[in-house]
Amino acid sequence: MSGKPKLYYFNGRGRMESIRWLLAAAGVEFEECFLETKDDLIKLQKDGSLLFQQVPMVEIDGMKMVQSRAISNYIAMKYNLYGKDLKERALIDMYVEAVRDLNELLMTHAFQPADKKEQHFANIVDKATNRYFPVADKKEQHFATVLKDHGQEFLVGNQFSRADVQLLETLLMAEECKPDILANFPHLQSFKARISNIPTIKKFLQPGSQRKPPLHEKDVPKLMKIFH
Amino acid sequence: MARNSPKFYPKFKRPQGTCLCWAEAELRSGGNQLLRSMSGKPRLTYCNGRGRMEPVRWLLAAAGVEFEEIFLETREQYEKLIKDGDLMFQQVPLVEIDGMKMVQTRAILSYIAGKYNLYGKDLKERALIDMYVEGITDLMQIILMFPFSPPEAKEKNLDSIKERATNRYFPVFEKVLKQHGQDFLVGNKFSWADVQLIEAILAVEEKVPAVLSGFPQLQAFKIRMSNMPTIKKFLQPGSPRKPPPDERYVETVLKIFKK
Repeated sequence: MSGKPKLYYFNGRGRMESIRWLLAAAGVEFEECFLETKDDLIKLQKDGSLLFQQVPMVEIDGMKMVQSRAISNYIAMKYNLYGKDLKERALIDMYVEAVRDLNELLMTHAFQPADKKEQHFANIVDKATNRYFPVADKKEQHFATVLKDHGQEFLVGNQFSRADVQLLETLLMAEECKPDILANFPHLQSFKARISNIPTIKKFLQPGSQRKPPLHEKDVPKLMKIFH
Repeated sequence: MARNSPKFYPKFKRPQGTCLCWAEAELRSGGNQLLRSMSGKPRLTYCNGRGRMEPVRWLLAAAGVEFEEIFLETREQYEKLIKDGDLMFQQVPLVEIDGMKMVQTRAILSYIAGKYNLYGKDLKERALIDMYVEGITDLMQIILMFPFSPPEAKEKNLDSIKERATNRYFPVFEKVLKQHGQDFLVGNKFSWADVQLIEAILAVEEKVPAVLSGFPQLQAFKIRMSNMPTIKKFLQPGSPRKPPPDERYVETVLKIFKK
């Protein structure tokens, strides 16, 4: 028994990646158990390990936690990445939920049928550049102006939080989708550089870490076999 | 129709002083800060129907918190909100509370739960509440989307609601209640999880009337929750609780939000 959190999911990003990011950002080592076949999933279901028959599942502190938001909330609270009070948490939640909406679009891109892919992609770029990035960029700009003489600047409360982690994750995913997507967002570019240099994050961004690569189209059939 | 015509402003019922017509809303948002801050009540902006705002209404009501509502009826109102910078990500629900313009339903619900002590006593109870709420929300999502599904998909979606409720979600809560024998889902204390569950039970029953027939614990839970004073009040006619979505609601939503 290592005492480390143990993650149960398939060997890919999906709904577990944000959790990997959060644990890594908090400097918490974790183990992973990868589902390779449908039988692996069925076994977990039969074990009674999955409260609602679904993964992600994370064994942590004696609990078998499911529901990615519940898991992320727990980790963020435990490792002080959730702001210092209720109002900071509210702000963090707003950013995190919005970023998650964008994340969902990015995540489901690989699963779109061929005839819907281009429209889906256009939707992603539109939402990213017109709805989400301007808000984050403006926030960053505000901080850049107000706090430029201070030390590090973060999205909420001048303290590193899950909002920073999850925004960075999504920025990088969006760039994988469209490399110049940050072209009109200079503050997000500097945010990206800044947060990427935080030691725990820097480590996670290096090859050999537990960060997962983007899903390839050829992996989709295998995934469908496990989950459908 | 001219804006100064009395016919322009729909006559809203005024249950417990919770509804505003657009004229009042304009007055308030037009800078009458004193009026707004004096009321101190949370103010909800959404369409006049359940949608994504209903869990917020439930939670505030369960916590015994009075609130006001502004109803979106036209695309122009929505566009004005966006132009005024009121919607952080150009979406409703919007809840003005404690000086914040909160968006994102889960953020809003978490804040309310935290503020009114409906989020457990420690991190582990929070974790349980979160898991239960998230599971129930997945079920509610199917119900939320149901009115917007095409006619040929409706039967399949109804089956899906019944199947998920009966096989995936309700058994979990039946077991939880049976195992600890307590009145509430988590920590022997009323929480957000209980509110979410009672809302879901009633919503599913509207579609699948006998859904609780295999779940005696949930039947008792339903009666217990329905009798809690704040919830009992919310379940009475004239409360801010909204009726099940009908065609008119669907039309309004599509008209306002469709790109």
